[in-house]
Amino acid sequence: MEFKGRAHKFGDDINTDYIISGKYKFKTLDMNELAKHVMEDLDQDFYNKITPGDFLVAGRNFGCGSSREQAPLAVKHARLSAVLAKSFARIFYRNAINTGLPVVECDTDQIEPGDELVVDLAAGVIHNLTRAVAIEVKPLPSVMLQILNDGGLAAHFRKYGEFKLDQEEDNAL
Amino acid sequence: MGQTIIEKILSNKSRKNVGAGDIVVASVDYVMGQDGTSPLAINAYRAMEGKKLFDPARVALVIDHSSPSPLEAVSNLHTLMRSFARETGCKLYDVGEGVCHQLMLETGRIGPGSLVVGADSHTCTYGALNAFSTGVGSTDLAGALISGKMWFKVPETIKFACNGKLPPGVYSKDLILFLIGQVTADGATYLSAEYTGEAIREMSIEARFTVANMAIEMGAKAGLMEADEKTFDWVKRFGGSGFEAVAADADAVYAKILEYDVSALEPQLAKPHQVDNVAPLSELAGTPIQQAVIGTCTNGRMEDLRIAAGILKGRKVSPEVRFIIAPASRDIYVQAMREGLLETLVLAGGAVVTPGCGPCVGTHNGVPSDGETVLSTANRNFKGRMGNRNAEIYLGSPATVAASAIKGKITDPREFV
Repeated sequence: MEFKGRAHKFGDDINTDYIISGKYKFKTLDMNELAKHVMEDLDQDFYNKITPGDFLVAGRNFGCGSSREQAPLAVKHARLSAVLAKSFARIFYRNAINTGLPVVECDTDQIEPGDELVVDLAAGVIHNLTRAVAIEVKPLPSVMLQILNDGGLAAHFRKYGEFKLDQEEDNAL
Repeated sequence: MGQTIIEKILSNKSRKNVGAGDIVVASVDYVMGQDGTSPLAINAYRAMEGKKLFDPARVALVIDHSSPSPLEAVSNLHTLMRSFARETGCKLYDVGEGVCHQLMLETGRIGPGSLVVGADSHTCTYGALNAFSTGVGSTDLAGALISGKMWFKVPETIKFACNGKLPPGVYSKDLILFLIGQVTADGATYLSAEYTGEAIREMSIEARFTVANMAIEMGAKAGLMEADEKTFDWVKRFGGSGFEAVAADADAVYAKILEYDVSALEPQLAKPHQVDNVAPLSELAGTPIQQAVIGTCTNGRMEDLRIAAGILKGRKVSPEVRFIIAPASRDIYVQAMREGLLETLVLAGGAVVTPGCGPCVGTHNGVPSDGETVLSTANRNFKGRMGNRNAEIYLGSPATVAASAIKGKITDPREFV
């Protein structure tokens, strides 16, 4: 999978309330509607700044706080192609994989707001075209690759009717 | 090699001997969803072509986050949950019954050694009962509803040794805020926390719930404590039996052991807009507040209401302050009525709202206005958390909230206790 777009950069500890506020998420299952409010408490006009395919770029501990799956879904439905962060909170990370939002752990200090990026997940590298640097991507844990390869957890369950995962030592969450 | 509490529970539940780093598919004892997460879980259940629950007697859906419903759209999602509960035979806790975590603690079905997943990040609360309980998203929850299982990476453990007794006027909330300030919001990410030491042993079980509840605010997957008489007394009170304590081995391996002497700890507060932005109350005393909130899954229990009523008895809250009280469950509501605590709190100027989460999550029951400052016993103070990004939220103990409500500004509760 290869994605191309521009970086929208935020800081450390971006919690799921910031990604999608509680005051919206309880009201609807229409994720396109929720997507309009993505990151609103940090940048009220954020949704209008997105060009489809852009990246959400952050520092440490992205997605901390609540377990709301509306967070990765709102990011996905805002047509952001992936989240790049130095580290992720664990529930958000699982939710992102389960719902098919690519989450990429990498050194985001090498990305500035507006940088043009090509994210090559298969090769495990991000090309920052603006700065002409290649940024290494931390590989996905194998158990999560299995879920992704099945097309997400719902598809995995349609296929097997249960969790059918290789149980071994891993670097998963 | 010795095992930590979580290594033992996950070994029991996956029927093999596992250690940190292993991937397991483990059996779960109880599965819970609330009204912010269950509708998506029901969608995911359909997408997975789920036909029935693994065991309807071990599944509960709770309507607590927007309860009673403030909007027609929310009402429709509540009805979706009610229909699903009727269809599958699981337990539904409806409007007024309370906050999901308090209700789970009151089932008698969760105790030492249990494994619980809940589609709410504060599911870690039951760690105070020596259970491994953790928050998951809606799709993971649907997987558990169907299979009665969940996959986990067995985490390493960070141990907090809290030595010494907490001084008078300083509570478990002050302790957990202090610890979060020490390790920060991702200081325990991917780790299981074990809270030990004299200060934890001395605490009531309700006070321990407050500590375990906030393990997620340091990023932890679980916030575990050892079981003792207080643990078993609590479980027995709700008809639970057959649980066996799970203790860490003396030679268990920890990622980190942090030791603190808490005998001189001051009341602590989390400042806007992060839970790990912690300061001793003395640095913030005098900050004016316009709203005070006592309740939530962190601090809406009997002990909390008793402490608050003890401070407010015969006193009035400042005319500058709106004072909101949300008992954590119907049982607590009734007990607080019987003890006269609600009378005390209401006569002091308080407004009691339906047991539930509303004021904490910004759905209703106390959204602050622009520029206002709120002091709450909740567990999160993110910008916009209570429904207004232009308000500021401080977090503290019920005693601190009660004392500050009287003075209309952040006040050390030790002036009153």
